[in-house]
Amino acid sequence: MNNEFNYSVVILGSTSGIVRATAHAYAEAGYALVLAARDDEENKILAADIRVRYGVTCHALHFDGADAASHPKFVTDCEAALGTNPTGLILGFGYMAEQEKAQRDVTEVQAMVDVNLTGAISILERFAAVFEERGSGFMGVLSSVAGERGKQSNYIYGATKAGLTCYLEGLRVRLFKANVTVTTIQPGFVDTKMTYGLPLPGPLVATPEQAGRAIFKAVSKGQDEAYVLFFWRYIMLIIKAIPRWQFKKMSM
Amino acid sequence: MAEAIMQQTLSGWGGMNSEVCDMFRPEKRRALSELIQCKHSDSLIARGLGRSYGDTAVNGGSAVVDTTRLDRMLGFDPDEGLLECEAGVSLADIIDVFLPRGYFVPVTPGTKFVTVGGAIANDVHGKNHHVDGTFCEFVESFTLLIPSGEVLTCSRDENEDVFWATAGGVGLTGIILTARIRLMAVESAYITADYTQCTHLDSALEAMAATDENYQYSVAWVDCLAKGKNLGRSVLMQGNHTPAAELSGTHAAAPFAVKGGLPKMVPFNCPSFVLNPLSIQAFNTVFYAAHGTCTGKIVDYDQYFYPLDAVNHWNRLYGKSGFAQFQATLPFESKAGLVTILERLAKSRRASFLAVLKTFGEQNPGLLSHPMKGYTLTLDVPNRPGLTLFLHELDKILLDHGGRLYLAKDAVATPETIAAMYPRLDEFRAIQKRLDPKGVLSSSMARRLGLVG
Ligand SMILES: Cc1cc2nc3c(=O)[nH]c(=O)nc-3n(C[C@H](O)[C@H](O)[C@H](O)COP(=O)(O)OP(=O)(O)OC[C@H]3O[C@@H](n4cnc5c(N)ncnc54)[C@H](O)[C@@H]3O)c2cc1C
Ligand SMILES: NC(=O)c1ccc[n+]([C@@H]2O[C@H](COP(=O)([O-])OP(=O)(O)OC[C@H]3O[C@@H](n4cnc5c(N)ncnc54)[C@H](OP(=O)(O)O)[C@@H]3O)[C@@H](O)[C@H]2O)c1
Repeated sequence: MNNEFNYSVVILGSTSGIVRATAHAYAEAGYALVLAARDDEENKILAADIRVRYGVTCHALHFDGADAASHPKFVTDCEAALGTNPTGLILGFGYMAEQEKAQRDVTEVQAMVDVNLTGAISILERFAAVFEERGSGFMGVLSSVAGERGKQSNYIYGATKAGLTCYLEGLRVRLFKANVTVTTIQPGFVDTKMTYGLPLPGPLVATPEQAGRAIFKAVSKGQDEAYVLFFWRYIMLIIKAIPRWQFKKMSM
Repeated sequence: MAEAIMQQTLSGWGGMNSEVCDMFRPEKRRALSELIQCKHSDSLIARGLGRSYGDTAVNGGSAVVDTTRLDRMLGFDPDEGLLECEAGVSLADIIDVFLPRGYFVPVTPGTKFVTVGGAIANDVHGKNHHVDGTFCEFVESFTLLIPSGEVLTCSRDENEDVFWATAGGVGLTGIILTARIRLMAVESAYITADYTQCTHLDSALEAMAATDENYQYSVAWVDCLAKGKNLGRSVLMQGNHTPAAELSGTHAAAPFAVKGGLPKMVPFNCPSFVLNPLSIQAFNTVFYAAHGTCTGKIVDYDQYFYPLDAVNHWNRLYGKSGFAQFQATLPFESKAGLVTILERLAKSRRASFLAVLKTFGEQNPGLLSHPMKGYTLTLDVPNRPGLTLFLHELDKILLDHGGRLYLAKDAVATPETIAAMYPRLDEFRAIQKRLDPKGVLSSSMARRLGLVG
């Protein structure tokens, strides 16, 4: 596919199942890519796969979301690899510890905060500065419906995602003036290693490919928020409408 | 991080004899090295897209590794048509990516929803076996993870014995990680097909013998319910890839474009009376009548190779109790065996609407690779009471005529039958034992047929 406009995208957390499929949607549309992950060995395999399938430029760069100190250098590494700053980014890394383990062990809580909140904010601020100055760009960030309402089964993870969603709300307002879109992506259930083996209701579970295509579409349109798949908007409307006195009696 | 486990009831494509297995579905290659240490269970087996009919990719009470997320393409050399990819890549994926560039898979079974790993582990064949041989003949090399944790590169020059034990070795020599496959250059996405009606088995076999060499692809559909003077009445379907110059109109402008509809879905198991002998007979009669002799018909690759893929989960048509697939391969000199089997099938009225006859070319060195020079007949048999006895009866006829069953299809044979059909089984066992001294690799089929040990 030709790329006459030199569109490019940085994909943060490329070893995630959802993000891999999202990267494929960008490659199919002809974007040049930087895949960023902490697992270099896998990241190289994923980049090769994209090059073979779509014939686009695809770099694999090392990136650790939890290592905020390394983030400024990562931004310059991307520029060096692409020869210019990227058009936009997708952020999909995230960490979900087992709820019961996190209740007992504060290091697990810390790990989720470090990745889902501190790490995400750190790297987004670096790119926000670049996009703001340029006056263009897009950001698609994976939060979670788990951040919309605290559930017994994963409220600590949910709290970090709620924080992320709130952060994105404000960032969107700030960057709107600079012509930069910020899309908060709210995946429901997606069939990845994060959910494999969990007893989820089959019809509500999206394939990573469905999720990836939906994310590409929503971010391309510059949507503020996107439920993936779309019907989660309605499910969440209902869940959010349940009164607290009743919600606390439910085993969710 | 430890891989997540999912307890799942698994069976082969035929849906018979499901068993609960511990499923893993790693998304990273490294995870396989951990899994093969088998800390979670007694044994493990790899699984691709589960298109084998019987229990080759099932491991009751133990571990099964779903490889479909390890499906990355790693490199392509357009001069040689050489693709390097992970074993979880499907043939459907390869066609999607490479047909627009002028390459097709060199060998394909009757469904494109099989993985490269599955295609090697069963050394699958297609309608072109009589000229091109099996899938593994287009595999330059593969890498194999064995229980010691070592990764062996296997080719005709390196670890050759392991190469030919793994080709058709139903997953028991290790987990195939990656493979280098020679794709086939084609000029279009179309096949030029000739259809010939044959009123009797004899005329079908004669027509094949006389004309197969003119076609890359050849297969006959056989009506297994026809008896007496109609025994083995067939429609012979032979074809070649259509050269670009022979396409006209919109096809000529876009020789690799095929507009495919979305597959229809069989949503749940149908009551088994949907496929009773009467409905099958009606289907067969209509099919036979509808395919009069005609030549030079241009059809797209999906219609030609994968008519069944147009209906997702067509296997559910057979109902909850499922079905067996019977594939019998006999040397050319055993035509009498083929006749006996067809007569037995017609009499039993157990056969189904899917019976396919073709000729195989030379056998390759794969120790358990199925194809050998001769005829091969394939059909579905719905699971009704007495199925096992009936199939054992057919197995015996087959054995008496020097024939063999295909492990990708079998669900009920006995260890003695398979040992008699595969004279190199002991050689296979010796290599298997060397690679897997602790017996980590196993499957329901391996235990049923005593393939290892
Ligand atoms: C409609 C239909 C038509 C068919 N037509 C034909 C035909 O024309 N010719 C033919 O030859 N076959 C045919 N088959 C059978 C099919 O091609 C084979 O069963 C094939 O092996 C299925 O591949 P799979 O990916 O589904 O593997 P599975 O069925 O999941 O597994 C098959 C075997 O491969 C092993 N395996 C899978 N991946 C690996 C790996 N990475 N490493 C090591 N071992 C592995 C498994 O352990 C198992 O032993 C047909 C099947 C169907 C459903
Ligand atoms: N699956 C769902 O149903 C679902 C639902 C709602 C929201 N989400 C969100 O969607 C995103 C993707 O999830 P997924 O389902 O695709 O799960 P996944 O496959 O487990 O992906 C998680 C990803 O985050 C990466 N990661 C974790 N810590 C990191 C760090 N310090 N630095 C860099 N990368 C790090 C992981 O990299 P490694 O490979 O190195 O571990 C992995 O790629 C996550 O943000 C998740 O919270 C998922």
